[in-house]
Amino acid sequence: MTEGAEHTTVDQARDMGLSADEFDRICERLGRIPNLTELGIFSAMWSEHCSYKSSRRWLKTLPISGEQVIHGPGENAGVVDIGDGMAAVFKIESHNHPSFIEPYQGAATGVGGILRDVFTMGARPVALLNALRFGAPDHALTRHLVSGVVSGIGGYGNCIGIPTIGGETHFDASYNQNILVNAMAVGLARADRIFLSAASGVGNPVIYIGAKTGRDGIHGATMASAEFSEEDMSKRPTVQVGDPLAGKLLMEASLELMASDAVVSIQDMGAAGLTSSSVEMSSKGGLGMEIDLDQVPIREKGMTPYEIMLSESQERMLVVLKPDATERAQAIFDKWDLDFAIIGKVTDSGHLVLTAQDEIVADLPLDPLVNDAPEYDRPHEATPPLSPIDNAELVQDMPLSDALKAMLGSHFLASRRWVYEQYDRHVMADTVIESGGDAALVRVHGTNRGLAVTTDCTQRYVLADPYQGAMQAVAEAYRNITATGAKPLATTNNLNFGNPEKSAIMGQIVGSIKGMGAACSALNVPVVSGNVSLYNETDGQAIAPAPVIGMVGVISDIKDAVTIALKQAGETLYIIGQSQDTADGWLSNSVYAHVIAGNDTATAPPSVDLGSEQKHGEYIRHLISQHLVSAVHDIGDGGALAALAEMAMAGNIGVNLTLEAEQLTHGWAFGEDQARYLVASADPTALEAAAARYDINIQKIAMTSDNMQLKLGGSDIISIEELNSVYENWLPELMGSKKQ
Amino acid sequence: MANVAVISFPGSNCDRDIITAVKHITGTDPAQYWHKETSMDKHDLVILPGGFSFGDYLRCGAIAARSPIMDEMMEHVWRGGYVLGICNGFQILTEAGILPGTLMRNKQLQFVCRDVMLTIHQTESNAILAQCKEQMQLQIPVAHNEGNYFADPDTLKKMADKGQIAVTYTNTGAENYNPNGAINDIAGVTSENGRVLGLMPHPERKAEDIHGGQDGRLLLTSVIEAAS
Amino acid sequence: MLRVTITISLKDGVLDPEGQAIEHSLGNLGYHEASDIRTGRIISFTIDETNLSRANQKVAKMCETLLVNTVIENYDITVEDQVEDE
Repeated sequence: MTEGAEHTTVDQARDMGLSADEFDRICERLGRIPNLTELGIFSAMWSEHCSYKSSRRWLKTLPISGEQVIHGPGENAGVVDIGDGMAAVFKIESHNHPSFIEPYQGAATGVGGILRDVFTMGARPVALLNALRFGAPDHALTRHLVSGVVSGIGGYGNCIGIPTIGGETHFDASYNQNILVNAMAVGLARADRIFLSAASGVGNPVIYIGAKTGRDGIHGATMASAEFSEEDMSKRPTVQVGDPLAGKLLMEASLELMASDAVVSIQDMGAAGLTSSSVEMSSKGGLGMEIDLDQVPIREKGMTPYEIMLSESQERMLVVLKPDATERAQAIFDKWDLDFAIIGKVTDSGHLVLTAQDEIVADLPLDPLVNDAPEYDRPHEATPPLSPIDNAELVQDMPLSDALKAMLGSHFLASRRWVYEQYDRHVMADTVIESGGDAALVRVHGTNRGLAVTTDCTQRYVLADPYQGAMQAVAEAYRNITATGAKPLATTNNLNFGNPEKSAIMGQIVGSIKGMGAACSALNVPVVSGNVSLYNETDGQAIAPAPVIGMVGVISDIKDAVTIALKQAGETLYIIGQSQDTADGWLSNSVYAHVIAGNDTATAPPSVDLGSEQKHGEYIRHLISQHLVSAVHDIGDGGALAALAEMAMAGNIGVNLTLEAEQLTHGWAFGEDQARYLVASADPTALEAAAARYDINIQKIAMTSDNMQLKLGGSDIISIEELNSVYENWLPELMGSKKQ
Repeated sequence: MANVAVISFPGSNCDRDIITAVKHITGTDPAQYWHKETSMDKHDLVILPGGFSFGDYLRCGAIAARSPIMDEMMEHVWRGGYVLGICNGFQILTEAGILPGTLMRNKQLQFVCRDVMLTIHQTESNAILAQCKEQMQLQIPVAHNEGNYFADPDTLKKMADKGQIAVTYTNTGAENYNPNGAINDIAGVTSENGRVLGLMPHPERKAEDIHGGQDGRLLLTSVIEAAS
Repeated sequence: MLRVTITISLKDGVLDPEGQAIEHSLGNLGYHEASDIRTGRIISFTIDETNLSRANQKVAKMCETLLVNTVIENYDITVEDQVEDE
């Protein structure tokens, strides 16, 4: 062996994020000490990012099967049957650390990466969503990060031409130095034309398509698996740069290549680049692979085997071609002006063998690389249960309208229009419901079928109670999908936590996974893909835990779908899931508690009743399919009155509350009790009859009107215009794009 | 019905959308051309779709305006053929010198995607808009980063005299009715012969019920009928 | 071989919102002495040519046909001897 043949040391292993025990384990499995390239490959494959070594033990407990599931976790993305021979392919993935270091490129490459995961499976991406968490609005870095991340997401998604139609943006001081950027992509494919990554056919050529390999992002997977410190700001040069044009050409060429029956298997070079793609393809096929590194297209002179194998340059794919398909493939790459190179072949050795200048520079058995990564049962300490605060301690003496205005003008509830207007939401011309409501809805091109998509997580609930908080995230996503009329099908998750080597953090992880598992089972929305992002800490301070749920649902006819916008005067508004005599609601840890009562401590969040979630969801879908409701909104942050205001603003229709004065308590108005929806109906008789049949509690609360006001009882009246102005102005003012 | 063609460039991403919209109107698939092609059949109307041709690198539309198919395109224009350039297609037309002026970065330095209100002018002097009503109001979305139309005062005056300022953002009283700072609220311009129209808004995105309106279809139908 | 550097800037009188934003931002940071900020772009490449004036002519043609939007942009060409590395 040539360069890198010298033996590595435990210190070098530590620098790559491996422990001394792990280094010993590698030496023992190999029967020798690895060289630098080999150690780099092990460190990437055994990183938290690739091996899930801290979370795997718990991830295994999640429900992953169901009759709708075609492919669960383990492939590039999950695949779910949506009927008519079609499948939805989707996944969410984090790009937290890179986005903090360089917000535009970090976010852009996050979008590019998740899109490759989806089109790699033969699916055309049709929707993008983003779950974003930034620090406190007044923190010195927040504006810079929001502005960079949002333009980065738009910069990539708009250019490649996939609509960005959903997601969420939240602010919390725990993200001051460690923002979260989770990107979700959803694609469509024929259910019988899904491409997997397992290589087959000994001797088949292995080809490299797309951008040349540079020194960018070397060891990104390891970086994503380590705590963050001030020094990392100087790591800027390792951040990858996205090229959405190359991404678009790669996407079109890959889809064309797959349609031409030239491909045996295909894998994108994402985290850990050529290492993870070559290892996964050959190991899943139970085979081996030989790669000649001299054939890998490189962008910079003098790259070492170590650098080539661990580069995370963007817009690259690895493909095993059918033996007779080289000419077909060549024609497709010529059309799209893409470089490609035959860099190796499939073998039956069970080894990954790398050569450079005719010498072997690495020779690793695949089995230990993928199967012998340590699995840790890290000590975990459950988050101690918190008590709720009594409403009496929280309720302030003020008119409902004043409280509502303050809440709608707070960072919790204010309009995210400033964010989503920077995203192209209409390209592909299949957008039915776009950002700003509950779930977004896209038409399955050429049919009447629709896919509803959402991401959700209320991190302040999870921080207070990981089990209930994670259940709530699933329940809220379920309600958001349901509120459009679609049936929830399956989930993807992005588990964002601090350092799992701390027992309290591990306790959050375990509690969240248990809660998520319980909810996904009860609501029949199995987990089909996901991503784990740990070590989200800066100088020892962990983020508020955010197990983000991405969910996909299907509606058979988009003409039946409804939005949150009120449609006309004279309709009756009901709270579904609330009995007529409910006087009070759950204010502990609510937006009201934080904004109005100024209570910023973690207190018990509302609990989730999965049976009610399912029952109420079925009733709502029935109402929508029978055209008994004209507008539906899930009740979440800010409670019933915030939901009501959002519906009124969206439709520019007024509302008169019809309840008695003593019923209009702040707990009733702003409580965040779960399993509830607000609906508008032009046929109250039929709606009530159906409620009786389904055995659902409902509360009639208001009538819509054409007076452009919210009449909240007695003389408490506020115009929609005034509400709009507080709701719409907060974010533009924060970002300095609005004259005050 | 007009015989329509659509040209795609690497990075075009609204080609499928406009093809779908045209097919809904004419009942037939428009002809499609790739930027590398060097010959083009005769068509009544050639459409340059939106997107990010060549990644918007160098300048939006600059590289596309110099691709092989553009020679055929110029010939079509000289023959008096009709052309519709949407968004990036408009940028390509100005870069190719077929339409006057240029499209600069949005004044607020951000990509903008939302519905805008448009007014159609000069329907008598522009053959491509002959089927539209003068002062017609249309609600159609924009989605661009470089839609800030600019031309020097002399050019603007010449354009106004010749009736080339054909589409403007309607001043609805809303603070941001003009989404990009375009001079004189210009959203679309025509060529001197009135047969080439460049338009920042995307009519193909308001062409079906699910788009929340059909004003775009109305405009596209008028253009296709005018070219027939 | 000669090294070419083209500096492209917006013509006087053409609004430069990016320049304005930078100026505003510098002002916020206390640098009030900076004014009339204009932004631009640099394109550099090596040209297979030994004669300076011929190189200049060729590059000017490149600018006029592709590299510069002469409706709104000015350009300035510098051609110098290539400094070989190593």
